Amino acid sequence: MTKIVVLVKEVPDAAVQKQVDPATGLLDRSGEKTLNPFDTHAIEAALQLKESGALEVDEVVAITVGPSSAVKALHKAVSLGADRSIHLTDDALVGSDVVATGYALAELVKRENPDLVLAGQQSDDGQSYAVGAVVAENLGWPALTQVIKLEVDGTTLTCERQAEYGYDTVKVQLPAVISVGDAINEPRYPSLKAIMGAKKKPLESLSVADAGIDAGKVGKEGRKAVWTAAQQPPAKAAGMLIEDDDTAQTVEQIVTWLDERKLI
Amino acid sequence: MTNILVYALHHEGTVNKNSLGAISTAAKLASELGGEAHALFVGEDVSDAAAGSVGAYGATKAFRVAAPAGVPQPIVDALDAVLSQGEYGYVIFGGGLLGFEAGGAIAARRGGGIGVEITGLRVEGGELVAERPILGDTQISDIHFRGLGVIAARLNAFEAVESAAGSTVPVEDVTVTLSDAAGKVEIVTRGEQRGADVNIEDAQVLITGGRGLGSAENFSVADDLAAAFGGTAAVAATRAAVDAGWFPYAGQIGQTGKTVAPKLYLGLGVSGAIQHKVGMQSSDAIVAINKDSNAPIFEFADLGVVGDLHAIAPALAAAIKAKKG
Repeated sequence: MTKIVVLVKEVPDAAVQKQVDPATGLLDRSGEKTLNPFDTHAIEAALQLKESGALEVDEVVAITVGPSSAVKALHKAVSLGADRSIHLTDDALVGSDVVATGYALAELVKRENPDLVLAGQQSDDGQSYAVGAVVAENLGWPALTQVIKLEVDGTTLTCERQAEYGYDTVKVQLPAVISVGDAINEPRYPSLKAIMGAKKKPLESLSVADAGIDAGKVGKEGRKAVWTAAQQPPAKAAGMLIEDDDTAQTVEQIVTWLDERKLI
Repeated sequence: MTNILVYALHHEGTVNKNSLGAISTAAKLASELGGEAHALFVGEDVSDAAAGSVGAYGATKAFRVAAPAGVPQPIVDALDAVLSQGEYGYVIFGGGLLGFEAGGAIAARRGGGIGVEITGLRVEGGELVAERPILGDTQISDIHFRGLGVIAARLNAFEAVESAAGSTVPVEDVTVTLSDAAGKVEIVTRGEQRGADVNIEDAQVLITGGRGLGSAENFSVADDLAAAFGGTAAVAATRAAVDAGWFPYAGQIGQTGKTVAPKLYLGLGVSGAIQHKVGMQSSDAIVAINKDSNAPIFEFADLGVVGDLHAIAPALAAAIKAKKG
């Protein structure tokens, strides 16, 4: 019998105009938020392992680190099929870098002692790409990212991914941390019943102290990569934009544009 | 003294161009910091010639660790061993998956920080400051490091410069005891090419199909458009289209594919994710046809068309043919 932990994150909704607070160098996290789209693929991967019987999965547990609003991301994770969720939230975590966040997540994973940890390969906002590797390093486990095919045989995972020279196939022994790409599956939509029921599933809220996390290793004190205010890069001349209302006319405009640049 | 260690990615006897770019940049920065740039090779078949060749790019030493290549865990152990025996302030990866994986892990193991997708590095107050584009490349943040600074560069961010053409450096073998985690990972096949061998790097016009094309069959729309442009045009694809099995891997543009710079890039149903952009942003002219007006590609296209490619592209092919007569 096995347990899968899925690491999830709340991110600004794709439609929100994101910005950085010039005073802190941190992302302004106000505005509408959602579950990181890559994480929905990780949850789907966990459910497929469970439903296919490839692994005898007792439980899928979603874990997040974030402010109080991140509860919504956990509700979404549960509505997609996770059995319960854990929310680490504490002011001491504000300003954590990827190494600090990965350390905190690893401490939460240790409490659960799962056989497999799944994550999305990147977040839609910070895009650090590395949190899975940091979690695994803290656990002493192997990790692999950008996995687009995952098969299980006993305690051996066979993972496929695209790397710099083509497709790689890698065997990884459990327990392991696997970050998945969006080509791995098509996430399901939650049913209305699952959405309504999400708030009734167990959600454990923990502080840094509750989770036995060393507050000196997280947040602004603990971070080792310090982001400072963002600059505007030199602006590129804005391109021309055509909204296609009349295809014949649109095509004529494209042809003229190409012809002026001697591209035909 | 602050030295910089660069991970040298290699495959089939050739050092990756982005690693050579990282070495060139590290050599320049290290001299400003009063240190040296060293390269680390991990693999079971790294020749003296390949490892030593980094001298031409400004490295003063190459380390070689005999361990499996292509997976992150042995690289972490190798980096850890080399970092333990010298005075290093920074580790640089020239871009790529292993930079995220081994970079994140080595930063965690040695109590350092990591910056990914770095497009610029400069020395300020005796330390490196890393420049990181954010929010769809509309802004650039600076990253300062406390302790070991690990830098994973964006693809093509740093140019390989042969500052000392023909120079070679001594290769030092380092014996590393691999961690338990490294023993739990085994690369079965590496660099498998899926699909036909297509050449997209020499084309003057590249018609690129993305997820929005919808199917392998619909690539005929791209084929017809390329045929209308004529001899120097070819068809390419995004990673999403390749992973879906619609197009051969050899024709993929982007982070884990080819880097191209044609006279005309024309994207059909291409969203323009950063992993794709890094492989084509040097194209002379970028045209995008996509029905999603929020697609990031419209932020950097010279001509953007919001509309149904399945209607526009065939009509455009016919119009170009008619114009050429």
